[in-house]
Amino acid sequence: MKTARVAFAGAIHTATPHAQGLQLADGRVLAEDQVVWLPPFELGTIIALGLNYADHVKELAKELTVTAKDEPLVFLKGPGSVVGHRGVTRRPQDAQFMHYECELAVIIGRTARRVKAADALAHVAGYTVCNDYAVRDYLENWYRPNLRVKNRDGGTVLGPWFVPAADVPDPHDLKLRTLVNGELKQQGHTGNMVNDIPALIEYLSEFMTLQAGDVILTGTPEGVVNVNAGDEVVCEIDGIGRLVNTLVADAPTGDTA
Amino acid sequence: MTLPLLDFAFAPYRLSGVVYGCLLNHRPALAALGEAVNAAPYKAAPKAPVLYVKPRNTLAGDGATVCVPADATELELGAALGLVIGRTACRVSEAQALSHVAGCTIVADISVPHASFYRPSVRLKARDGFCPIGPRVAPIAQPDAVAVRVWVDGALVHETTTGDRLRGAARLLADVSAFMTLAPGDVLMLGVSAGAPRVRAGQRAEIEMAGIGRLHMQFAAEEPRA
Repeated sequence: MKTARVAFAGAIHTATPHAQGLQLADGRVLAEDQVVWLPPFELGTIIALGLNYADHVKELAKELTVTAKDEPLVFLKGPGSVVGHRGVTRRPQDAQFMHYECELAVIIGRTARRVKAADALAHVAGYTVCNDYAVRDYLENWYRPNLRVKNRDGGTVLGPWFVPAADVPDPHDLKLRTLVNGELKQQGHTGNMVNDIPALIEYLSEFMTLQAGDVILTGTPEGVVNVNAGDEVVCEIDGIGRLVNTLVADAPTGDTA
Repeated sequence: MTLPLLDFAFAPYRLSGVVYGCLLNHRPALAALGEAVNAAPYKAAPKAPVLYVKPRNTLAGDGATVCVPADATELELGAALGLVIGRTACRVSEAQALSHVAGCTIVADISVPHASFYRPSVRLKARDGFCPIGPRVAPIAQPDAVAVRVWVDGALVHETTTGDRLRGAARLLADVSAFMTLAPGDVLMLGVSAGAPRVRAGQRAEIEMAGIGRLHMQFAAEEPRA
């Protein structure tokens, strides 16, 4: 059963899907826009993959200094960057190129240390959708991808649902896509990952113990384009969820002194 | 999340487990790279703070044993002052920044030594146990002028201060919080000094920072594969 965490009427609730939107554990049925959607699970370490779809590697080839690597390109993110479904994300006013990245998020459910690929999926609790924004204007060649590009407040959108692994027969047979203001901009298939989920868990758990709540953002396929303030960005993975985010202008906050 | 070893009592919260490092903030550390900063792959000196995450699997307390992986002969032991956030810091001004800091602690920022800062593998900095923190959080009036000493097997091997930074504590917190909010209990490192010592399995080390105390650790060979 899919579950969500939502804020409603002064409390945080677990919710499940309902024909009219969602249903709280106490039985109340609500429309999607009546609640505040939180990330659907309690987050631990956020592990993200760069260049994990062959088609996206090709798309970025002009600016890449490496084309093929044996080691997965991993970077880490902080929890402060996370917002839920139907959240808003600030777009820096001076940015020329800010893009979404639709990704399958893999949620660890059981401690994984030195796990072999063949056993890896037993450590997965479930899945959700992630939109892992990047502001490419700020890319620098020091500890790429630097946090000013990839770890901005509101830049990691997660949700809407936590989907238990048992409900996903094959996580490498899912279509994913991104729509901007209703227009299809990005399409891919999770079967095209360079390093698949078992390989990633084997690689990571060799040097870092994965714990329940850690999440692996498995990378994005080709088709990333600039998005602007006011745009509605929908990242969708069949069987997992439809994650909506809206960009807003990053107005100065005024003098805090 | 529970981090029993890091459960220091300090107002108003315990550590959150979120720890950010800052690389090449020590002027001599950046200067040591010389003209290489302008050559490929960097092509220019860093503009924004060079930041990285030390994830929760790296965190350990005072007295921890740190494993030296089988494929590394030595580890680099960075001694960094950790600014512990006491009040949510979002887009703070340099003038106000330090009022968001609850106190300071000692962070042992351990890495497998590596020469390239372009896109180093997280495996070099994010291994289990690679971030001992402690032994306490102390109020520090001038975080940019703290004496730092590192001992290995009882011998003083590194003596430096938290000064001579590209960005001092207040400037760093202002520049970081311009795009990422830090929450109470988060730790932001001021960056290690040039010349960080190397350690091997079988050695023990202590980092001392004036006004905070000493953080102890020892190094052991990684357990063999099952």
